[in-house]
Amino acid sequence: MREFNYYRAGSVRDAAKRLGASGNAMLLAGGMTLLPALKMRLNEPGELIDLAGIDELRGVKLTRKGAHIGATTTHAEVAGNVELRAAVPVLPHAAESIGDPQVRNRGTLGGSLANNDPAADYPAVALALGATIFTNKRKISADDFFVGMFETALGRGEVVTQVLFPKPQRAGYAKFPNPATRYALVGVCVAQFKTGVRVAVTGAGASVYRLPEFEDALDADFSEVALDGLTASAANLNDDMHAGADYRAHLVSVMARRAVSLALD
Amino acid sequence: MTGGMGIGVSAPRTEDRRFITGRGRYVDDINLRSQQYAWFVRSPHPHAEVRGVDAADALKMPGVTAVLTGADMQADDIGPLPVAWGITSRDGSPAFEPEYPALATDRVRYVGNPVAVVVAESRTQARDAAEMVNVDYEELESMSSATAAMEEGAPLIHEGAPGNMCFDWEWLPAAMAPDARSNTDKAFEEAAHVVSLELVNNRLAPNAMEPRASLADFNPATGQLTLYTTSQNPHVNRLLLCTATLKMPEHKVRVVAPDVGGGFGSKIYHYAEELTVCWASRRLRVPVKWTAERSESFLADAQGRDHVTRVELALDADAHFTGMRVDTVANLGGWLSAFGPAIPTVFYAPLLAGVYRTPNIYVTVKGVFTNTTPTDAYRGAGRPEACYAVERAVDEAAVQIGMDPAELRRRNFIQPDEFPYQSPVGQLYDSGDFEGCLDLARELNGYEEFAERRRQSQARGKLRGRGMCFYIEACGAAPSQAAGQLGARAGLYEVATVRVHPSGSVQVLTGAHSHGQSHETTFAQIVAERLGIDFGNVEIVHGDTGEIPFGMGTYGSRSLAVGGTALYKALDKVEEKGRKIAAHLLEAEAADIEFTDGQFRVAGTDRAVPFGDVALAAYVPHNYPLQELEPGLEETAFFDPENFTFPSGCYICEVEVDRQTGEVELCDFVAADDFGNIINPMVVEGQVHGGLAQGIGQALLEHCRYTPEGQLLSGSYMDYCMPRADDLPNFVVATRCTPTPFNPLGVKGCGEAGAIGAPPAVINAVLDALRPLGVTHIDMPATPQAVWQAIQAAQSGD
Amino acid sequence: MDATVSFTLNGKNVSAETTGATLLVDLLRNHFGLTGAHVGCDTSQCGACVIHVDGVSVKSCTMLAAQADGSTVETIEGLAANGELHPVQQAFHEHHALQCGFCTPGMIMSAVDLLRRNPRPSEVEVRDWLEGNMCRCTGYHNIVKAVRAAAVAMGEQAS
Repeated sequence: MREFNYYRAGSVRDAAKRLGASGNAMLLAGGMTLLPALKMRLNEPGELIDLAGIDELRGVKLTRKGAHIGATTTHAEVAGNVELRAAVPVLPHAAESIGDPQVRNRGTLGGSLANNDPAADYPAVALALGATIFTNKRKISADDFFVGMFETALGRGEVVTQVLFPKPQRAGYAKFPNPATRYALVGVCVAQFKTGVRVAVTGAGASVYRLPEFEDALDADFSEVALDGLTASAANLNDDMHAGADYRAHLVSVMARRAVSLALD
Repeated sequence: MTGGMGIGVSAPRTEDRRFITGRGRYVDDINLRSQQYAWFVRSPHPHAEVRGVDAADALKMPGVTAVLTGADMQADDIGPLPVAWGITSRDGSPAFEPEYPALATDRVRYVGNPVAVVVAESRTQARDAAEMVNVDYEELESMSSATAAMEEGAPLIHEGAPGNMCFDWEWLPAAMAPDARSNTDKAFEEAAHVVSLELVNNRLAPNAMEPRASLADFNPATGQLTLYTTSQNPHVNRLLLCTATLKMPEHKVRVVAPDVGGGFGSKIYHYAEELTVCWASRRLRVPVKWTAERSESFLADAQGRDHVTRVELALDADAHFTGMRVDTVANLGGWLSAFGPAIPTVFYAPLLAGVYRTPNIYVTVKGVFTNTTPTDAYRGAGRPEACYAVERAVDEAAVQIGMDPAELRRRNFIQPDEFPYQSPVGQLYDSGDFEGCLDLARELNGYEEFAERRRQSQARGKLRGRGMCFYIEACGAAPSQAAGQLGARAGLYEVATVRVHPSGSVQVLTGAHSHGQSHETTFAQIVAERLGIDFGNVEIVHGDTGEIPFGMGTYGSRSLAVGGTALYKALDKVEEKGRKIAAHLLEAEAADIEFTDGQFRVAGTDRAVPFGDVALAAYVPHNYPLQELEPGLEETAFFDPENFTFPSGCYICEVEVDRQTGEVELCDFVAADDFGNIINPMVVEGQVHGGLAQGIGQALLEHCRYTPEGQLLSGSYMDYCMPRADDLPNFVVATRCTPTPFNPLGVKGCGEAGAIGAPPAVINAVLDALRPLGVTHIDMPATPQAVWQAIQAAQSGD
Repeated sequence: MDATVSFTLNGKNVSAETTGATLLVDLLRNHFGLTGAHVGCDTSQCGACVIHVDGVSVKSCTMLAAQADGSTVETIEGLAANGELHPVQQAFHEHHALQCGFCTPGMIMSAVDLLRRNPRPSEVEVRDWLEGNMCRCTGYHNIVKAVRAAAVAMGEQAS
């Protein structure tokens, strides 16, 4: 790693101010993707602003609107949260599938969303559940938040503070892991609300995306059979040594069925 | 008397304590005062002319002591990295051996080829400065696959190797030359059935968990160089440093291989990096340390396998094998690693008879240069490739003629009364009970109930398949004379010194090196058993040329068969001398002294003296036959085996395939091995488990993938798929024993078996599962995508 | 750039001067001489560097030394209490769950965290948990066996 300054922020305001003032500072939450990237010298920030000391960013709260989860809540905390398991089980289930135990012990929800790795798990859940991402400046709907590969709607000096996941009637997340990294080669999250079904795919494309055709079919009939005959397009899908675009497209429809099955379980 | 830890006991390991408490001492754990750090500038191109190295900017960076290049190395008369085995082509010409400089002088031939080294006060400073070294490359055309390299008009990698051919070799062992080829052709003409397969043996990265590291410390006052390095064979490294590269006398060079975190072949060789830090330390007069990052290991450690093979098997109407033809193209990489030419030839072809009585076998191998990291021995080294060819062909034959694969194998087994058995490819098999192993494996597998298990899998929507493999391998390299005739440039004996201290405690100095093999425990068991002393009173010293007389190190499952026998022979000498001392103390004839349970006893009497008293007498020779016998009790033996040893075994595994995703789940794996006699069953089982995991990794997960031009795609654990706990099942392992007559311990070796036998067993099982869908072939690794594609192709009638 | 970090290390209060970019594993190995945590990869996957920070297992190669300021750090060197092996260490020894020993400290620290959360893990649960710890020697068979045996031993100790 190149040398940088380390700064532990005392509050969101403090972090945002510092971030806005610096030309090349970055926020540090769990560091599970940022630090490996710095080790590979893919990024060379002048300063890391650590959010770990800010208590208000951490924790899970359930309200009528859904699950409010603080940005620096770790994957392990989400996975182990008993109330969440009862209320929105897809969240702890998805959190448990992220990385390995040590990654889950440090990796955070906010970090995962803000990084928007094309193969990360949380973005699919956030998009399928129609989550709202709260920052120090505004709130952003998941539909607007994920812009492209490693790209989000976050502006300069903007800090994710918490995420609101509405409680679906039913939801499931099915993931086919990359055999080497265990990231999602393809992950599909399906969520049914009174207002309709949302289906989001991660791992397959440059960024997480929705599958309107699958959503329509499941709106009509929320069952695996409803997806019979539906295939996902391979156009613009990722193509690498682990999976070509056609295989990924195939996995999208298989994982979609499995997500429905998990939702119905 | 042995403390309950003699031969045959699953003694818990002596070496464990330091590892489980975090007190191991690996090379990177060692730091010397004033040490500096090396970082290598490596070629980013698969193939390029190096027109110049400009270090001016790098030298201005903070903390930088020096930037050294291949030209500096040449000026200091540093020799090229040696090739340890010469191979002769079928036209009688020697294999082309390019001079391989540790730092490139005029051309780089693979991505990662070292070009220069930066030495600085900190590792980060060295790395930062390395980024500032400007190398003027002129890129050349390149290719990564051996078949592409053989094509007409392919870019030429070495001027001296037209067609990129290092050698074009045929195997005509003395026993049946010169008729092997015509006899084999005749067998095929007369065959009732012929099976023909094209197989790819995928390239692997060894991935010992400890990355390589070297720390060199030249003392200008004494002229002494000490090298701490991650080596499986420190004496061999010293030999090559002294005679080939650094050119210093042996007494001025000490090589220490302390705790070493796994090797699997990758830490045998004399690498560019360890030579460079030695030279840099001597030149700069400071200790110089280099520790590889994992991504560097993927470029710089010798890789394994990478064959393309056409194998054909001829059978008569009774399903007896009558002939086999094997034609292999082996990818050697951009340069020759030390044993690079030997692995796909003399470590491969002589095992192609397998466990069968196939009378006629003809083998040709072409060794080809490509723009990839050099290949060399990796766990199994030539034998997994041979086993894969044979056992895939045998399984294919069983399918073709509609016979149970176990029955077909049984019909062709070499029989127990045929040992020692002279194979047509030049090996004299020592012993074996192939039917016994097969029956044991079948029993452990529940062979007869497979159909029921298949039905159950089907009910869960899964395709179940079962695969079998029968391997035989040659361990215990090697009879030096035989190896010499085949081109080896070193002897392959082993050395042990038994030092009995005055108190009767014992130190063994062994030339074998344990980097996971458990010698500190198993060798001590041999001593405890032989001398009748407590296991806890024995210490095994290894890995330091300053302490141990000599040795050839640990690889090829040789430590016990060769090193253990050297120890056994040294113990013979200790016992013999002890007998003379005891005879004197007991006032008897040496011929009348028996040695049992740690007591020298006058035969047929109760007059006895314990081993400890004899040891004390040897060092306090007040009452001692000084006229006939020297004081002291320390003996050394060199052992050069008269033959290899031949472990064999039967593996059966079952898989379930998810036809929707192509995922293969390994459900069961049983191994029935014959390793001859066993010193420590628990340690042997551990060796089998580890070998199986690596073999399964090859079959299902692992692959060094390059672009066609030679950029490594799988250059980290993000892309190179290492087997993890949840990829593997519990293993069921058992042994049968036919002791080898070729060493007094009757031991054969167990380190590589799993890696040799597992790949064909797994692929045979995957194909067994997929055949109902019309799939007839799949290459390793059978990844989910590969399986899915094979199903797609079969279903669409391609 | 230099700053002082202070934390509790294996029960003792320690502090060190360090830079922002210093990794915790490097501080432990190079400054404190605790070389039990190993570096086996550069992509945060192999787990040879696993230690405990504030009671949970983490990869010390993917944590800045500065992030540990004010926390409680436990390494493999601190696991055996008064020379008595922890039941996981003892089980690794008895069941031959290590060969070269390089992955072992991380493997043990990871397993201790598992057993703290799940005192009686199934074989599948052990294998799943160890996803972040690579071993090239043992094929994991004896590691899984040892972790489950340690669970039993700890259960007996507790009752």
